[in-house]
Amino acid sequence: MRKQGKLTDLMSHVPNWVWLLISLVMGFMVWQLLADTPKTSIVFASPKEIVLAFIKEEKLHTIWTNIGISLFRVLAGFAIGFVVAIPIAFLMGWYKIFRNLVEPWIQFIRNIPPIAYIPLIIAGVGVGERAKVTVIFIATFLVMVVSIYQGVRNVDETLIKAAKILGANNRVIFLKVVVPASIPFILVGVRLGLAAALTTLVAAEMTGASSGLGMMVWSAGQYFDMPVVLLGIIIIGIIGLIFEEIVKFLERRLTGWQETHVA
Amino acid sequence: MAGNPCSMKVRAKVKIDNVKKVFAGRNGETVALNGVNFNIEENEFICVVGPSGCGKSTLLNIIAGLEEPTEGKVYVDDKEVKGTGAERGVVFQQYALFPWLTVRKNIEFGLKLKNLRQDEIDRITKRYLDMVDLKEFAESYPKELSGGMKQRVAIARAYAVNPKVLLMDEPFGALDAQSRTQLQSELLKTWEEERKTCFFITHDVDEAIILAQRVVIMSARPGRVKEVVDVDITYPRTQETKMTKKFLELKRYIWGNVYQEYLAVRK
Repeated sequence: MRKQGKLTDLMSHVPNWVWLLISLVMGFMVWQLLADTPKTSIVFASPKEIVLAFIKEEKLHTIWTNIGISLFRVLAGFAIGFVVAIPIAFLMGWYKIFRNLVEPWIQFIRNIPPIAYIPLIIAGVGVGERAKVTVIFIATFLVMVVSIYQGVRNVDETLIKAAKILGANNRVIFLKVVVPASIPFILVGVRLGLAAALTTLVAAEMTGASSGLGMMVWSAGQYFDMPVVLLGIIIIGIIGLIFEEIVKFLERRLTGWQETHVA
Repeated sequence: MAGNPCSMKVRAKVKIDNVKKVFAGRNGETVALNGVNFNIEENEFICVVGPSGCGKSTLLNIIAGLEEPTEGKVYVDDKEVKGTGAERGVVFQQYALFPWLTVRKNIEFGLKLKNLRQDEIDRITKRYLDMVDLKEFAESYPKELSGGMKQRVAIARAYAVNPKVLLMDEPFGALDAQSRTQLQSELLKTWEEERKTCFFITHDVDEAIILAQRVVIMSARPGRVKEVVDVDITYPRTQETKMTKKFLELKRYIWGNVYQEYLAVRK
């Protein structure tokens, strides 16, 4: 009993970054083991092979082009989705008529995977950049409009009452109560939107593109070039982590006043 | 005609005239209030006690203008209540502070809507920060405050806009016993100085007697005024007042009365 107590006591003194390091080392060991086992080595190229693949792709500059073009598509689609989702979500939250007319359609469409629209989009805007940005726009818009709208609707009724009592009219209630109260939900929307953007991007690029990380993974797969496939997957993962950290940073800055975090 | 001004007492600040409230629900209609009549005099501190579900909060919401009566009317200074108005301040049980604003900005909220000059706003805000003794917490956010401190901010915010009537809906109901006693004492002190007309809802009989000049006992649903009891204990009152013979007599009487209503609810 005492020994265990001492052990947990000791563990609680280990800083977080040390844990991260231990976790990474363990992960790499498992990975190396998988790469060395004949049965799994077909799928799991070793860490060394991936570093070599990165150096090869880096020399050809293709890796940076692919990362750049994918980031552009994600961010452009996301930005348009955000700019359109904000007013629609607030209109839905604030005006009952608008909500009643629009909500059934949003509920219907958001259950359809955006990839399913790709043929329509290609028929509409061709196979170029616009097609990819459009798919990502649709995916991010739907995810964000729903979560932001939930936020607008869930504004604490007592706060609206309190503002009314203090003399606020509808305009003031909207700007000084509903908008600030919705910020945590907007950030949840941003987080979900970025995740949806990344998911959709890869799928969109796999269905026909001449560049991008999705295309890189897909075409390497065709040649059984597993080091490049894994390299692409790892880069997509890192981009996802970076997005997550940016959102966390924004949350700390903008919603530090919250009693408990929404997400 | 109901609400003829001639029928009113001269000094009545708030006149509650035959108020009825019916809520339409899935299982038919619920009569929350029926035939509620009483006046709140100028500078009076009046407490309302009654079992839960007797429509106390509904009555407060009607006076505040957050809800409309199904029948009857409420007048403040002979003017019929239509919607909310800055002359009627409210303190809610759940504090209702804006969590994204600091203590100072919360108190300023109503003042800014009055188009006052900034130096005027600063002066008033300072005064009420002092009143509730939260100067050091002016730049804190509500999440950093205890329940008692939050409610002090809410009281300061309500006072700052200088309403004619202060409506309080079980403001100390969510607090621990110690903060509760402390805030009662502070509120008493403030009231003894300012004599702001107060309508205070509670289910705590001790709290009602220590604060009020008159205690309105409401009956179980449908809520109506069962009895109005005069609290003839002179101010200033302190927590010691709760030990006096007079206080205990009143407590026994009011408690007995309210308890009958609790039993009625349980049936």
